[in-house]
Order: sequence, then C-alpha cells, then structure tokens
Amino acid sequence: MGNKQTIFTDEQLDAYQVSLFSFSRLHGRYHELAPHLVPMDYTNEPDCKLPLALIVNMPELKENPFRNRIVESFSEDGMGNLSFNEFVDMFSVLSEMAPRELKAIYAFKIYDFNVDNYLCKEDLEKTLNKLTKEELTPEEVELVCEKTIEEADLDGDHKLSFADFENMISRAPDFLR
Amino acid sequence: MRHQGKGDEGRGPNRKEPKLPGEKLQMRSVMRRAKKIRVKGRKEEERLPNRRKRIRIRRRREISPVSSSEDESDEESMSEGEIAALKEQVEEKKKLIATLRNKPWRMKRRLVLLKEAQEFVEKFEGALGKGRGKKLYAFKVMMTKKLIKFNRDFENFKTACIPWERKIKEVESHFGSSVASYFIFLRWMYGLNLILFGFMFGLVVLPEVLMGLPYGSIPRKTVPRSEQDTAMDFSVLFDFGGYCKYSILFYGYYNNERTIGVLKFRLPLSYLLTGVGIFGYSLMVVIRTMARNANEGGDGGDEGEFTFSWKMFTSWDYLIGNPETADNKYASITTSFKESIVDEKENQKNENIHLRRFLRILANIMILCCLGGSGYLIYFVVKRSQDFAKMDPASLTWFQKNEVEFVMSLLGLVCPPLFETIAELEDYHPRIALKWQLGRIFALFLGNLYTFLFALFDEVNAKLETEQELKNATEWAIHEYNANYSSYYNTTDVPPLVVNPADAVRGPCWETAVGIEFVKLIVSDMQVTFLTILIGDFGRAITVRFLNYCWCWDLEAGIPSYAEFDISGNVLGLIFNQGMIWMGAFYAPGLVGLNVLRLLTSMYFQCWAVMACNVPHERVFKASRSNNFYMGLLLLVLFLSLLPVVYTIMTLPPSFDCGPFSGQDRMYDVVMETITQDLPAFMGTIFTYATNPGLIMPAVLLMVLAIYYLNTVSKGYQQANLDLKKKMKMARDEEKNRRNNKDSTNQVMKDLEDLLPNKSLIPPPTEEEPKSTKMKPGSAGKGVNLQKEVSLAAPNPRRPVAHPPRARGGPPGHLRGPLPGPGRGRGRGAPPRT
Repeated sequence: MGNKQTIFTDEQLDAYQVSLFSFSRLHGRYHELAPHLVPMDYTNEPDCKLPLALIVNMPELKENPFRNRIVESFSEDGMGNLSFNEFVDMFSVLSEMAPRELKAIYAFKIYDFNVDNYLCKEDLEKTLNKLTKEELTPEEVELVCEKTIEEADLDGDHKLSFADFENMISRAPDFLR
Repeated sequence: MRHQGKGDEGRGPNRKEPKLPGEKLQMRSVMRRAKKIRVKGRKEEERLPNRRKRIRIRRRREISPVSSSEDESDEESMSEGEIAALKEQVEEKKKLIATLRNKPWRMKRRLVLLKEAQEFVEKFEGALGKGRGKKLYAFKVMMTKKLIKFNRDFENFKTACIPWERKIKEVESHFGSSVASYFIFLRWMYGLNLILFGFMFGLVVLPEVLMGLPYGSIPRKTVPRSEQDTAMDFSVLFDFGGYCKYSILFYGYYNNERTIGVLKFRLPLSYLLTGVGIFGYSLMVVIRTMARNANEGGDGGDEGEFTFSWKMFTSWDYLIGNPETADNKYASITTSFKESIVDEKENQKNENIHLRRFLRILANIMILCCLGGSGYLIYFVVKRSQDFAKMDPASLTWFQKNEVEFVMSLLGLVCPPLFETIAELEDYHPRIALKWQLGRIFALFLGNLYTFLFALFDEVNAKLETEQELKNATEWAIHEYNANYSSYYNTTDVPPLVVNPADAVRGPCWETAVGIEFVKLIVSDMQVTFLTILIGDFGRAITVRFLNYCWCWDLEAGIPSYAEFDISGNVLGLIFNQGMIWMGAFYAPGLVGLNVLRLLTSMYFQCWAVMACNVPHERVFKASRSNNFYMGLLLLVLFLSLLPVVYTIMTLPPSFDCGPFSGQDRMYDVVMETITQDLPAFMGTIFTYATNPGLIMPAVLLMVLAIYYLNTVSKGYQQANLDLKKKMKMARDEEKNRRNNKDSTNQVMKDLEDLLPNKSLIPPPTEEEPKSTKMKPGSAGKGVNLQKEVSLAAPNPRRPVAHPPRARGGPPGHLRGPLPGPGRGRGRGAPPRT
C-alpha cells in the first residue's frame, strides 16, 4: 500500500483527518478497486473517477439493497462516478462515528429515488420492493406505503419532506445502523 | 517543496473551486508561508510581522490588485474593539474547523473551507497575541493543538484495546446484532468476574498463601491419615476430594488467627468483608448498567407510533456483508412487514374473548403443574442422594452417584420445549409469548435451584449434628487423657497433647462441603454446555453435511438442517451460572477464578461454534430492546443468591475446627471483635448505640418513607411525560387536520379576507416549497387532499415563502397580509415553478 508520506502531503492528511470521521486505509481500498486507474501519488491531486459498477462490488456494499442509490447520492454528477474525495466522504458518513443528524441527511438522499427532495409514494414503493426483494403483494405494498405516509407526514401533503423524515428518524432507536 | 510553483496556472477549475486566479496564487503563497512556519517551529513566529510585511510588499508588487481584506488590515494599530472582533472571527473559524465533519457538504468544498479557515486562524493567532504575552498565547495555542491530537490518538488506542472486538464484529456481520448481543453480554460478564476475582484473590487468597501457615502444619490444612493413600487419585481429585479439598480453593483451609504475618493482616475480617463486598460491587455495577440502558431508550419505548416508517427506513442492517445473512435479512424484513400488516388487520377483528381466556387459564394451570412436578422430582432425588451418601460409595453405580445433576440437566432439556408447545394454546403476540416463555424457564430454573439449596441445607444440618457429637467426644477424650496422665504420673501439670496434624480428629467441615457442592455443580454445568454444543450443534452440522450426499430428501433445507443459535437459552444459562457463582464464592474462594477461566474458554469456543456450525436466524431477534430485560433478571438472581449467604452468616454457627471463623459463635462476631478491640473506644460506643433496636426501627421506617416518596415523584414524572406526549400528538393531529381541511375552506376564507381592512400584523408563514415538477398550477382546487395551496393560489399573487424546510410551518398562506403589503409576498422567494 505504500508509505502514507508518499501518497499525501502532511497537510492533505491533516485536512482529511479533520474533515472526516474515518480516513486511514481508505486510499488503499480505493486503489484496490482499479489499480491501473488510481494513481499512487495524490500530492498533485489528480482527477480520476471510478465508475459505479466498480464501487458497488466492494464487499461492504455488495449485499446492500441500496448500494446504487448510496453511491449515486455521494457522486457529484449524480451518475455514481466517485472521485477519491467523494469516496472518502461516503465512508466517513457511513462510519460509526458520524452523528445521527448527518446520517439522517444522507439517508434521506439515499431513499429519494427520483431526486426531488421529497419521499413520495413511488420512492417508498421502490424502497419497500428493494427491502423485501418484491416478495410482498401489490396490495400489501400499497398498504404499507400508505401507513408510512400516514404515520410520518406532518404537513399533510402526502409526501415526506426532510423535516418529516428527520422528525420520524430522530425517535427511532435502531437508526444508527 | 511538494507544492506547485507559483506560476502554475495549468490546473484548471478541476482542482478546487478558486474564485480568481489572483486569489488562488495568493492562497498558495500564504499556504506555503504557513507550512514553512509550522515546519520551523515557534521561533519563527517572532519574526512574523516583518516577514508578513515583506511578503505583503512582494505580493503587492507581483499580483493583480485583488486581495482579500484580511491582508490589508494594519496590524500595528489595532484597537481593543478590533482585537475583540478579530478574536471572535478566529473563534468562529476554529469552531468551523471543529464541526467540519458534521456538515453535509461535498469533500471539495470542505477542503477549501478548511484551508481558508486554517490560514485565517494561523495568520491571526500570532497577531492577536502580539505585544501582550504573545509568547504565552502562542504557547497555549500550540499546547491545545497537541492536546487535541493526543486525545484523538488516545481514543483510537482505547478502541483498539477492547478485547475480542473484531471477533464480535465478525459474528455480527454474519448473524446480525442480536446474536452479537449475547457475546457482548458474555464479555461484560467476563469483565465483572475478572474484577471480582481480583478482589477475592488479592484480599483473601494471596495473604493466606504468603503470610499464613503452610500446608501440613495444622490439622485443617492437612489431608487426614485415612484419606492419604487415595488423595492423589484422579477420580478423587475430580470429585474435589483429596488434595483439592484441603487447598486454598475451599473455605476450610483458611486459618482463624486474628492477625497473620508481619503486616498484621486481619484475615477473618477481610474474608467476611470481601464476601459481602462482592455482592455490593456486583449490585452497583448491574444497577449502573441498567440505568445507562434505560437512558438510551432501551426498554420498549414508543412502539405504536412509527411502526411502518421505522420498519421501512431502519430495518436494514448496514453492517451485513454476507450473502446468506442478507438473504435471511430480506426474508425476515418481509416476514416482519407481513406480521405488521396482519396486526393492522387484526385490530379490527372481533375475537371470542371467553374462549381465549379459558385457554390461557388452562395453559397456565398445565404449566404450573409441570413446574410443581419438576420441583418435587428434584426434591425426591436429592433426598435419595442423601440416603446414598450414607451407604458405601463403592457399591453405588455412577448413575446413582450423580443422580441429582443428571435429573436437573434432563429437566432443563425437556421442559422448555414442553412449555413452548403448551403456550401455543395461549395465542399471544410472538413478542409477548417470548417474554412468557423466558419467565417460565426462569421459574423452572429458580425452583430447581431452591430445591437444591434446601436439600443442601438439610445436609448442612446433619453435619452440624455430627459436629456436635464429635466435639463432645473430643472433649471427653482430652479430659480422659488428662485424667489418665495426671493419675499415672501423679502431677497436675499435664503437657498438651501433641498430635500429628494428619492424625487429629476432624470435624465435618460443612462449609467446605457446601463449597464442594457448588464447584461440582458449576463444573458439571460447564461439561453439559460444552457437550451440548459439541454434539448438538457440531455433530448435527457434520451429519447433515455428510449424510446429505446419500439421503433421500435435502437435509440442509428441510429437517433437521443446521442449528440456529439459541440466544435466550444461552443468556439465561449465563445468568444462572453467575447466580451460582455469587452464592458459592463465600464458601469456595477459588470458584471465581474457575469462573473466569470458564468464561474465557466459553467465549472462544462459542465464537468458533457459532461461525462453524450455526446458521443465521430466520427471524432476526431485535437485541436492543430486551437488554434491560436480561439485566433485570440478573438483578433478581443477584438478590436471590444474596439471601442464603446472608442467612448463613447471620444464623448458622461456623465449624469449630476449620475456616477463618472457627471458634466464634457466629461469623459476624469477627466484625464485633474488631470493633471492640482494634478501633478506638468511642467507635465502639457508637456502634452499640447504632445497633440498638430503638434506633434501627426509625431508620427502617425512614427508608420506607423515602422509597415511597421517590416512587410517587417518579410516577408523577411519568404522568407528566405522558401528558406532554399527548399534547404533542394532539398538536400534530391538529396541524394535519387544519392543513387537510383548509383546502376546501380556503377560497371562502380568502374572499373573506379580501374584505377585511388590514391584517398586516400576522407574520409571513414559513413553509417548505414543493419543488416537484409534477404539479401544475392549473390543478388548483381539485381535491381536498392534494398538494399544498400553492397550486390553489396560482391566480393569487400571494405565494409561500421559500424557506429551508422546517418541521412545522406557520399557518398557511391564506392568513397572509393582503395586497397592501406586496413587498413581503412577492418580493421574497419567487417560486421556482413559474
């Protein structure tokens, strides 16, 4: 993996450590994904992005039903291509030390499939189908989505805005995972 | 220098988002300077002002006249106010740096901001301290930074030090958080036992070993002559007789000298206090853990409120990395959704209440019968074993010798499934059924344990009687010896009888016997657990795996398939074992050490067994809620195991020739003795007054009153909590209703408002702006429950304000000021759509 000194300058390392929750060994992982694409020397801050397909094959993400959405919501172009900065950003938020509020913000983005800053019924249906691998009947899906909206929607617009989502999530005991 | 040269503009906009080339240049040069300063150390800071001046001049000459206002500030003549303002800015930047992690920004933005903030802080930290104790200020700053770095490293180190963390994480990723919670509980137990072992070992065992009399010097420490030829036999040692019995493991070895060794260590006092202190410490730790769990919203919580939302958004365990576990998780999520759906529908169902009640009562009666039957069976078996003990050991079969343990283990294996089948009559919700099941198994084990104790108690009484006889016989023998001696030699000065310690007549040391019983129970329990895992899980896995090649149906998918990890059974087993340790520690000081070893091996063994032989659960059991339940059980077991020990300390007379309390009337007499002899006189009088019943009664009364008061206060808080929750819910429902209903009355209200003169006192509401492009302005007024009134308000120039989303906005748009105040309505927040 190489000595850290040759990959990043001291300042870069320091800057990364202050801005993130978990940083060590991440460059190694990023490099592993595409050794011929990712340069070993980051002091000149090269510009290289890894495509979605490579990243969702990482063992941490492989089994996750939302892996595509996770990668997409951290990528700047919305298509899932992550540069190194975005890569470390993603793992920082997903790490255990990130606070609940930060995770709530990103969770909202992940579950928002059509990227309109609201969780509308279609978003919920897609979430549910991904979670249950489409084992539920359509009526059951319908019922669950309706109940969810009924439970969490505060302003009565039949969609969940971020405020609704945050209000609901902040009470949940199991959220941090 | 690792940075690029000054004139390198070829980066392009890719790198960061610099505003202007000139500023980028300036930033870079500032950074370079910053780096130089940091590298060379504090001394440079003294020369800072000159350098800055020089650079400023240089920069002014070189670059375009674009520069931030920071450089322009004249440092020489800063007034107090400016210094304060600057300090504030520096603090702000520092806070920004500290909270940078928590902001949901892109990395690039963060890095840019970080750099800017750091430069600003560095530049002005030196300047602020200029003139007035600048060195001290700079030194303070440097020390703070070092301290922060040290703290961070220390935290990292501490996390790396937690034992078995990686192992448990591995188990968690395969089996989910519920199975891992068992191992976390096991680790916690291990920590507790380690500390108890430290107490026992350091305060009781070590002094006796180091400063007490060695083996063989006095009767209680020597193997009696009659047993000496079998003392090293493995079978005898395995039964904890022979050399084991007369060792530091058991109570009987300890000498009753008041003080031992050069340090005048009071062993009997220490023994008593440690024995009691173990309970006190365990109590403290358990209650502290329970309180901590309760604070995190552990037990139960508000289940009805957000069931479906939580299921949807929080049920996926992001730590799962294994395909099989993921499959199981999908299946369990599906099942859980189906369950909730059924629950929803069931709320409207009408049940035949009477039939259900009858069935439940019937089931409870049956289970009570089972429990009573098992209790009697154990009592009967124990009585029989007492008869066996009177017979010659050689004539008994192995079965007859170990009947008690065998029967208890059998009951432990058979009864729980029996209870489960009976419980199907009751038709409870699965979560409630699980709690009943745990409660019943607990009652079963408890009943068994207490019957065992009563049987033990009978044995103790029998031994006490024997001891009495023996004591009389010994006294008579000595009396006879004296009489003979004096009559034979015609003197009254009789030399004391010198007897080889191995030949002395020994009383039946009942405490050691009790200690041996407990140790045997723990050992046999451990054997049973290991064998069950080995045969039940490992053997089953091997048979299924290898027989599958030549069997008609698929063994892996159908019956018997692989075993699941039985969380509740294991946790209850752990709790009960701990209870027995607590009970036995007083009579067998080595027991705690034995337990530490047992837990250590158990941890490694079970981790291996889980990974090698078990499959993940079909229905993943949520661990976080029930943790307080297990702690509550542990607390109960602690109290129950406290009772017998305290009873024996207070009422039973200790053996006359073994143990640290021999010769006393009661064990706690040691404390009284210490008070009268070692402590100053007035303490003695204080204690005499304190133990006066006239004082104790009011004290007890006061405590009862205090408990009652605290209970009432806590109930009051709970009620207040519920009221607040209700209020919140009402407010929320009101909001919902208002939003839903206002659509129909909106138009009317608006018309009414138009007629009113002036309503500019109402502040503009703050609402979220729906940015979805699905709505069309013309879809106004269609349904009551459509999108917000923005759609309705299309012809109306009064638009909602585009604010960042907030939980509950103010009243909707129709209460806004009328047209006379156009600045507010129209000027601000132009809607994105039109």
